[in-house]
Amino acid sequence: MADTPLIYDLSVPGRSAANLPALDVPEAPLPDEFARGPLDLPEVSELQVVRHFVGLSQKNFAIDRNLYPLGSCTMKYNPKINEDAARLPGFAHLHPLTDDAGAQGAQALMFTLQSWLAEIAGFAAVSLAPAAGAQGEFAGILMIRAYHRDRGDERRTKILVPNSAHGTNPATVTMAGLHAVELPSNADGNVDLDALRAACDDTVAGMMITVPSTLGLFDENILEIIRLVHECGGLMYMDGANMNSLLGIVKPGELGFDVMHYNLHKTFSTPHGGGGPGCGAVGVNEKLVDYLPGPVIRIVDEGAQGQPPLYGQVMPMRSIGRLKSFHGNFGMHVRAYAYIRAYGGDGLRAVSQHAVLNANYVRARLHDVYTVPYDRTCAHEFVIEGHWDTAPGLHALDISKRLMDYDIHPPTNYFPLIVPEALLIEPTETEDKATLDGFIDVMRRIASEAQTEPELLREAPHHTPVRRVDEVRAAKQLMLCCRPAPDWQTVGVETAS
Amino acid sequence: MSYIPHTEAERQQMLDAIGTPTLDDLFEAVPASHRFPTLDLPQAMSEMDILTEMQALSEANDHAGDFAIFRGAGAYHHFVPSVVNHILLRGEFYTAYTPYQPEVSQGTLQAIYEYQSMMCQLTGMDAANASHYDGATSLAEAATVALEVGRHKRRRIILSAGIHPQYREVLKTYHQWGGLDITGDESVRSAADLADLINDQTAMVAVAYPNYFGQLEDIRLLAERTHQAGALLVVVANPIALALLKSPGELGADIVVGEGQPLGIPLSYGGPYLGFFACREDYVRRIAGRIVGETLDQDGKRAFVMTLRPREQDIRRERASSNICTKQGLMALAATVYLSVMGKNGLRHAAELCYHRAHYAADRIDDLLGYEVVRDLPFFNEFVVRCARPVAEINAVLSARGIIGGVDLTPHYPHLADHMLLCVTEMNRKSEIDALVDALREARHG
Repeated sequence: MADTPLIYDLSVPGRSAANLPALDVPEAPLPDEFARGPLDLPEVSELQVVRHFVGLSQKNFAIDRNLYPLGSCTMKYNPKINEDAARLPGFAHLHPLTDDAGAQGAQALMFTLQSWLAEIAGFAAVSLAPAAGAQGEFAGILMIRAYHRDRGDERRTKILVPNSAHGTNPATVTMAGLHAVELPSNADGNVDLDALRAACDDTVAGMMITVPSTLGLFDENILEIIRLVHECGGLMYMDGANMNSLLGIVKPGELGFDVMHYNLHKTFSTPHGGGGPGCGAVGVNEKLVDYLPGPVIRIVDEGAQGQPPLYGQVMPMRSIGRLKSFHGNFGMHVRAYAYIRAYGGDGLRAVSQHAVLNANYVRARLHDVYTVPYDRTCAHEFVIEGHWDTAPGLHALDISKRLMDYDIHPPTNYFPLIVPEALLIEPTETEDKATLDGFIDVMRRIASEAQTEPELLREAPHHTPVRRVDEVRAAKQLMLCCRPAPDWQTVGVETAS
Repeated sequence: MSYIPHTEAERQQMLDAIGTPTLDDLFEAVPASHRFPTLDLPQAMSEMDILTEMQALSEANDHAGDFAIFRGAGAYHHFVPSVVNHILLRGEFYTAYTPYQPEVSQGTLQAIYEYQSMMCQLTGMDAANASHYDGATSLAEAATVALEVGRHKRRRIILSAGIHPQYREVLKTYHQWGGLDITGDESVRSAADLADLINDQTAMVAVAYPNYFGQLEDIRLLAERTHQAGALLVVVANPIALALLKSPGELGADIVVGEGQPLGIPLSYGGPYLGFFACREDYVRRIAGRIVGETLDQDGKRAFVMTLRPREQDIRRERASSNICTKQGLMALAATVYLSVMGKNGLRHAAELCYHRAHYAADRIDDLLGYEVVRDLPFFNEFVVRCARPVAEINAVLSARGIIGGVDLTPHYPHLADHMLLCVTEMNRKSEIDALVDALREARHG
């Protein structure tokens, strides 16, 4: 495939795709000291723009193209009606500072979504404010910290984090000014209970744990873990990234978790958009309701009989504060609402059942040719080791790159960190059996190529728009934009007199 | 069943392959006492019914389809060319993940590279990242960079009260445990008065351009004083205004952040938006978020890839300065397509329409009895009007005439009681402005 020129390379002076109305009012002068010089943006036609970006899109792999078994990311089908719903004029063209009375439809939707999410995970209340999972985590840890502070318990500065955790967990702890203490996993992939007992003392603010774990395993001791942390006075944070295996299966709030974030862009089908936008709603039990990030939507007036209630924005009494401007990523709320509506309660349980069915099916049909380090019933994903003693020098990355030649997206590479050459495979419930069989065939074929023609893996991919890229060069010879600014010092910045 | 494709026969074949009798047997690791709870949710709904319900909910809002909008204050109703939405609806873009695998993500990666290039051009900076969640979180992340540059020894952050009140709130949420001395926004101050707060403990001085009131402040002297003290000047900018205005880089900014929503992204009740973040070259290795760089593939072909990855949480874990993982990827794509369509002259034209129409509106309103436009500084497309009555009462009259009026400044700026912040964009035709003026005239008497 040929290089796609940069949009700037298509530029021809004087050309324009913009079609705006003519000025219909008198011109007002702009003070000279603020007037800018030339602005170097592309000068292209509308058709050039369309062809350019359609061309670029064709260099992307996507769910709409084929299987995307990227573990811990839940690349399920993104229903089209969700996109239509979010683009309805009453949602898309609603100003965020519209008076509450003029935004009752949007607030009713948010209120209902809050209550559905709370029901799904067994929590007392939910805030939709966080823009992404990482922000949900940040909110959760800030709430835990504020909770201890308000009880005069300022000694608690440690958050326990299993070594299988997403990198966002320890990074979040640091951002909130606390210290992450890593806990080992045992041979079964569960948290090492002895290590946990040893770590539990009155300096523990809480624990962050992903359920099921990033190994795709339900920790068999989860109730004991929660009990131990609560016993020493800590609170339990659940990273809800893997909620796709828990819908209607178990409610984290009922297990004893105090706070959890949901990834609407994983579990509830809002699209990943090439890396965002997402939504990382947080749910909490009674202990933390007053600390939720705001605003949350509450009923401010029940309304007369037969009349709808009046919704309004409320900042919880002891809120950790505002995490972004306005009310979270509302467009994602609309999509998640439509998704839950399509399934209902029993349908959501079926989502998790089939997500787990699909993962176990693939595991059962690959474990004779790949090492499955924790080869027991898995949740919605499982990890394999992407190497063989009989094929020295081949790595998980080579398997990933070879999958691209078969038009399948690679699983997550080198995560979780505690498995050597990890490949984390998550098929999701929206893949049919034939697609999974196709993937299994390809994985088995690659395992056999590894023995007979290892260079096919080592040199893969062969048929992608570009081949393996030089990441070292990218970092050393930094080229981050094609239109860098002039050196303002040498062009002579006017200084105010 | 909705989006689950399995037939009963397939389900059975798969269970047989696993060696498990029923679906429920797959969940034995879940504590039996809590397994399979009831979900008290409404019944599943057909696609047709969902759409009907969504339409009803959406129409229960006062939106731009039915109202003339003169409200901005951080979210702007601009024209979005059709092309933008058509590109965003390409499944290859919106159903892709973060481009960790560059060989099959060149579309996303090149688009981000082009986005970064355009943002550098607009802001006058050397580098831009692939975006943050919104303008407010970009500002909070800028503070993190400034604190790092000051090696966490400098603890003072100076914020202008002319920065959006919610941005300041978000910065304070992010840094609430940082033991910082955040000052400057207790009252509205001039740039010169802000400069007087700078000391050797100052890590960052932040101002908005235009500011929350739409005004343009000369920040060059402030930039000098900031740099003399070894601090960073962070400018919160409106990207449409930058088509007309001298870039913050030229005025001395070290980091430029802001809300990219005006660049082709719908109002959508506050999100998803686009936090842009650009900086001078010196700080590139300290910033958070995804960054795309140009490189070569093994055959020597140009390729793009996420770079400077070791800064990020998935590698650096507890030593990372931010936990950010997603960006607003699809929104950055919207901005890139928008800026391509508008181009050099189109963006300037849009900015001029905003500027001239806002000034026309301000002149006409200033002529009305009972209204006075605050004119102590030049402004872009928002301006403050002192009213003879409470703003809520005026807005009620406007609303009855199909107009969403300006934001009431009283809650965040008590000294500006009965002051309204009005916004005019290219979406407000002259006839609409004239209707606003008529409605305001009527509203004076109630």
